[in-house]
Parts: sequence; structure tokens; C-alpha cells
Amino acid sequence: MSMETTLSHDTPAHDDHHHDKPRGLARWLYTTNHKDIGTLYLVFSLLMFFIGGSMAMIIRAELFMPGLQLVEPEFFNQMTTMHALIMVFGAVMPAWVGFANWMLPMMIGAPDMALPRMNNWSFWILPFAFTMLLSTLFMDSGGPAAGWTLYPPLSLQGGQSFAFVVFAVHMMGISSIMGSINVIATILNLRAPGMTLLRMPLFVWTWLITAFLLIMVMPVLAGAVTMLLTDHFFGTSFFNAAGGGDPVMFQHIFWFFGHPEVYIMILPAFGVVSEIIPTFARKPLFGYSAMVYATASIAFLSFIVWAHHMFTVGMPLTGALFFMYATMLIAVPTGVKVFNWVSTMWKGSMTFETPMLFAIAFVVLFTIGGLSGLMLAIASVDLQYHDTYFVVAHFHYVLVPGSVFALMAGAYYWLPKWTGHMYSETWGKIHFWVSAISVNILFFPQHYLGLAGMPRRIPDYSTQFADFNMISSIGGFIFGASQLIFVGVIVHCVYKSRQKATAQVWEGAKGLEWTLPSPAPYHTFDTPPVIDETTIAHAHSRH
Amino acid sequence: MKKPNTFIVVAAVAAAVIAATWLLLAAPGYTGNEINMTRGVTSQSTINYSLHMTVLWICIVIGIIVFSAMFVSIVLHRKSRGYNPAQFTHSTKAEIIWTVIPVLILVVMAVPATRALVNMEVAPETEMTVKITGFQWRWKYEYVEDGISFISSLDPESNAARRLASGTPPEEVDNYLLEVDKPLVLPANTKIKFLITADDVIHSWWVPALGWKRDAVPGYINEAWTEIMEPGIYRGQCAELCGRDHGFMPIVLHVLPRAEYDAWVLEQQNPESVSRLAASPARPSATAYENE
Repeated sequence: MSMETTLSHDTPAHDDHHHDKPRGLARWLYTTNHKDIGTLYLVFSLLMFFIGGSMAMIIRAELFMPGLQLVEPEFFNQMTTMHALIMVFGAVMPAWVGFANWMLPMMIGAPDMALPRMNNWSFWILPFAFTMLLSTLFMDSGGPAAGWTLYPPLSLQGGQSFAFVVFAVHMMGISSIMGSINVIATILNLRAPGMTLLRMPLFVWTWLITAFLLIMVMPVLAGAVTMLLTDHFFGTSFFNAAGGGDPVMFQHIFWFFGHPEVYIMILPAFGVVSEIIPTFARKPLFGYSAMVYATASIAFLSFIVWAHHMFTVGMPLTGALFFMYATMLIAVPTGVKVFNWVSTMWKGSMTFETPMLFAIAFVVLFTIGGLSGLMLAIASVDLQYHDTYFVVAHFHYVLVPGSVFALMAGAYYWLPKWTGHMYSETWGKIHFWVSAISVNILFFPQHYLGLAGMPRRIPDYSTQFADFNMISSIGGFIFGASQLIFVGVIVHCVYKSRQKATAQVWEGAKGLEWTLPSPAPYHTFDTPPVIDETTIAHAHSRH
Repeated sequence: MKKPNTFIVVAAVAAAVIAATWLLLAAPGYTGNEINMTRGVTSQSTINYSLHMTVLWICIVIGIIVFSAMFVSIVLHRKSRGYNPAQFTHSTKAEIIWTVIPVLILVVMAVPATRALVNMEVAPETEMTVKITGFQWRWKYEYVEDGISFISSLDPESNAARRLASGTPPEEVDNYLLEVDKPLVLPANTKIKFLITADDVIHSWWVPALGWKRDAVPGYINEAWTEIMEPGIYRGQCAELCGRDHGFMPIVLHVLPRAEYDAWVLEQQNPESVSRLAASPARPSATAYENE
């Protein structure tokens, strides 16, 4: 620790050559520093979170009352489609890559990511990809309106702008693949001596597994959208029944990507929560190895359950049974994780700072989403649930108070390490409580709407669904507005906060990142740290 | 310091439980809003309803156990109460227990789930066949044996009211968005086979009271079956995003007792005989079929 501290506090003239960094825009354009790139990813994803969020506000405003008040159905469909694409590919995934960039090297004692130039490239593709995607909204044929799943033949009815969507998806895919190659290369090659695989923090483990999932499925998505592209513009008939193609084949290919994709968004969340709960319970993570194996099992199972998204499409009985059983099995490793988190809290000495509050809400609300997922796995009942608001409620529970809450927990947890200042605990807690209450007002009634028979992706509904839609919309407006508090807390912490953070930051925090000063110097671990059994969290997990 | 904290947590938990109970039990009574899956009027929908309730209760019990453990821990094991952290880190026995017990619960759920799926998918001998074709944005029904066929679209009154800034409040339209110009007329207590397909994009034919939905995919003919136990009017909607007017292609079933249905079929086949049969009072809006 002492060595890096002195280096970073030297006068610039005595600095190593690579400690110089350009100022202004050039610093961010040319940077190969994992911390700068991490910041870029995080700021970008926050921007996308608000763009995707405004689309959700339009959706909830139109659904506030029965009858069309604000937008035409076609534009409504563009909003649901873009909201999903932006949130999945622009907000949640880049946010996790941002966390990976910032934290992985610091957690395993590496000086930087293994492939820094590729790291720069993988970020700078994204603004172009999303500019292109968003620009379709201003084109004559409008944005994509066939849902984020892009099912043909409907998606092929889109106009010329569809080519932009496909190309944007390709660029996001390239960015993700480069990012995951970097994560794998870093974790497998740059660990400090003594940081064995089974001593790595769980966040590192979950990201390693996530990166393998990404590498395996992003090319599958690229293939699927390329076939859509040639079907649309070059007269092929991959998915056109009239030309001998098969619209159902697209759904199989898409969900072979799509199901691992949902775990790509949630596994790093498991990792962050597994870092935060032990810190604020002042007690080691319970069942570390079981957590690692459970994560790997979930990743494996994610490849053999894709057709549970397709029970209503029509498939042989044996096929439906297989996908039902495999899907139900996912409950087992997921349950192991939840039980281990609860056991970590059990007999700890807990305090409830903002990161812990978000982590606890994650465990509770993710579990609710997991349980509704178990219900959806039952194939015959899924023929009722499928494509209703019950599904919308389910996946928003695992994605919003799931992934997004874990992102916020992680942001509050590491913000002092990143900035060197403490954020405002009062405002952090206000943000938490308003978000946690409003997110339930927003999504819980959607379970009722779905069970009562309201299909998803409709801009208008019969009057029997009016009350719960209004409640849901009110929750949505509060939730949306409350995220401005989050921005306020971050801006305050970065620019205004006078409360200096210590290196340790949190009393119970363990791990290499907490041995570094706060803010973490521009370059850390230029020489590998000596692993001290007392500073790393899982030193004694193997006997 | 320590008392108010505990009080707040207990109060919050109590408030959450009361709110949840109110929403689950009392809200439908007050507001008339249905919040649960329909029991429906077929063997499939009844089986699905009871399976749904079984799994829901299992999930609620699991949730209560897990969350109770968490909340007890949150209330008791806090630093502000001077609680010293234990340092246990793992227990193979515990991991085995909470792997095996969920597997057993899943097996218990899988048995009725398998039975329900087999009942759903394996069609019995059916007595009649209706071919359903999805179009953007209406349904075509063909009675294969009886040679009747017609297209069913959104009711004109709903269709006018649903336009952006139409000036007609949805509350003033009967069955807003859930009414069609020509309903699908079916006999009760008859085993019916459906052949479901689409002409342009994928649609999904869903009447919740029947207990299932099935996608209408161009190039495919999906099969489904039903036997509706009670005459009545049942409503549903397209469930798969199919473009601009996806929200505006409802499905309405008029299920008649067998004798009335037979009369309706005759009437459709010989429009001249309408006057003789129109007297039947149980038949819903007979005039709707005259221009068939």
C-alpha cells in the first residue's frame, strides 16, 4: 500500500512516464486506464438508464387510464421495444462492465485490465451504437416496434431503419465480446501471487462466469439478427414460411442467446451482494465454495432452458416436459444463494448503511421475482401466464429491484473508494426508501393485472384493468423521479462532499481494494501486493 | 437508539403484512377488480387454476420462512444492540439440507405439473373442428365440418372510442376493447378441436376462461382442444405482439347449449330460415349473424 501511495503523491515531474495523462476530452478519448474506462462505462450507463427510463415514463403515462390519451399505438410499440433494448444493452450491461473495469484489477491485485487498448475500443463503440439505435426514432420508418425480441415476421415489417437496429446490435455485441475477453484474460492471468481462484472475491467469480456466458451467446445473437437483415433486404427466407423458412427457428436461436443474457445481467448482481452483506454483517460470507458452484450451475442451466419462453408456440410434449423440469431445477442453486445470504446475515453484527439497505432489498425482491419465475416454469399454467403482465412483473422484479438495486448498492458501496469522499448517508437512505417503496407500487400490481388477463405490450386496455394500472403508473412516476436523488447524491459526493473517506471506508470491509487509499490512485498495484490472509475476505475458505 | 430501530422494523413489517393482506383479500371486494387467475369453464382451466394456487401457496410459504429468518436476523443481530458477530463460515450439512429439500419440493410440484401438461397436450377424440387464422388485426373462424366461415373484428363502437383523443370515455362503451362484430359461436359440452395458424405475423389466441393460449404462427398449424362446460359469453385478446393494433383484436366466444348451437348452424347454412329461429331468447344478439 505504502508504495502506491507515495507514487501517486509525488510531484508530477517525478512521475513515471505513464503517469502522465492528457487533460480534457483527450484523456477520455485515448485512455487505456481501467479506472477511467470504468467511469466512462458507468456514466454512459447512467445516461442510458435515464433515456430508457423516460421511455418507461411515456409507457406508464399512456397506461395511466384506459383509452389512448398521449401517443399512437405504433409509437407506443416503439417505446416498449426501445425501452427494453436501451435498458438491457445500454444501461444494465455496460454498468456491470463499468464495475468490472473499476473493481476487478483492484480486487485481484492487478495493475490494470489485461488488454487496455481493446478496453478503450470496447467502450467507445457503445456511444456510436446507441446513437445509431436512437436515431431510428427520427427516421421516416420509425424505431423498431416489434419488441426487443425482434420476432419475425413482425420485425421484418419495419422499414429501412431496421438496418440501423441490426448494425447497432452488432456493435453492442462486438463491444460485449471484447469486454468479456478482457475480463477473462485479466482474471486468469493477472491475479496477484497467492490470489488463488478459490480466494477470489465472489464479484470476480460471478464476472468470470458472466464473461464466458457473453462470449458464448453474443455471436448467436449476431447470427440471428444477420439472418433477419438478409431476410429483410436481400431476399433470403431464413424465417419466412412462404419461402421455406421457419419463424419459430428464430425464437429458438434468439432465446438460446436470450436466456443466458438474463443471467448475464443478474450474476454480477449476485457477486456485488455477496461482497456487501458480509461487510455490513461483519461476518464472512457463508458457504463461499457453495456460492461459486451455485453460480456455475446457474450458468450451465441457463443454456438448457431457452424454450421455456416458447411453451405457447407449440412443441412436442416431451420437449415441453424437458424444458419445464430444467427450468424448475434453476430454483435449486438460486435457493442455495439466497439461503447463504441469509446465513451470512444470521448472527452477524449488522448496520444498515445505504449499500446494505439496497442489498437486503435485493435479496427480498429478487426472491419474489425468483418465486414467480418458478410459477412461470410450470408449462401448463404458463399457457395462462405467458405474454401477460404477470411476466412483465416477474422480469421487472428480477431486473429492477434485482439487477438495478444491486448496481445501486455497488455504487454506494464503492463510491467513497472511487471519489475519496463519503456520499450523503441521509440522502442515500432517502433515495433507498423512496425507490424501494415505489418500485413495489410500480410492479406488484402488475402481477394482479396479468392474472386477471391483461396481455403485455398493449397501449390501451379494457376498463376492468383501470385501477391497478393507475396505481402502477403512480408508482412508476415516483420511482422515476426518485432516481434524480441518486444523481444528486453522486454529484454531491464527487464535487461537493467534504467528508474524506478512509482507505477502509467500511468497518467490516475486507478485500484488496480496501488496502488502497481513497480515492484509489490512478495506477494501483504496479507491483503485485503481498496477499495478507487477514485482508482478503476468503482467505480461510479452503482447509 | 436501539428501541426506535426495532420498533421501526417491526412496524414496517406489520404494515407490509397488513397491506399485502388487504390487497390480496379485501381489494377485489371493494374495487371489483379481479386479481387472480380465473377458474374458467374447462377441465384445463380448472386444473391450471388449482395448480397455480398450489404452486403459489408453496412459494408464499417458502417466502414467509426465508423472509422471517431474515427479519428476525435484522431485528436481533444488529450492531446497535451490541451484538457480536459469530464467525462461522460454512456448513456442508446445511448446504446439503437446503439443496435436497428444494429438490424434494420441486418433485412434489413436478408430479401434478406433468399430469396437467399431459392432459393439456394430448387431445381426446374431438367432435368438431374450428380453424382459427390470425390476421393483422382480426380473427378468421372456419367451421371445418359445417362449412361456415367469417371474420371477427373489433366492435365498431370500441373502434371509434379507442382513437387518440376520440372524445368518448372508455367507461361509456360496453365491454370496451373486448367486444367484436361477430363472435365465435360454440356448443357447450362438446369436445372441440382448434387448428390455429396465421396469415401474416405471429398472433396468439387466448381466452382465459378456456385455460390456455396458443400462438398462431404463419406456416404452422397448431392444435389445441377444449370442452366448455357452461354456456355463456367469454372474452379474450390476442396475446402476442402483432404490430400497431395488437391491443385491438379481441376474441369473444358465445357458448350455446348444444340444441341452440345446432339451430345456429342451420341458420348460418340457410339464412332464409332466420325468422323461424330468431325467436330463441337465449341466443345472444341474433341479428349480428344475419349478414353472414
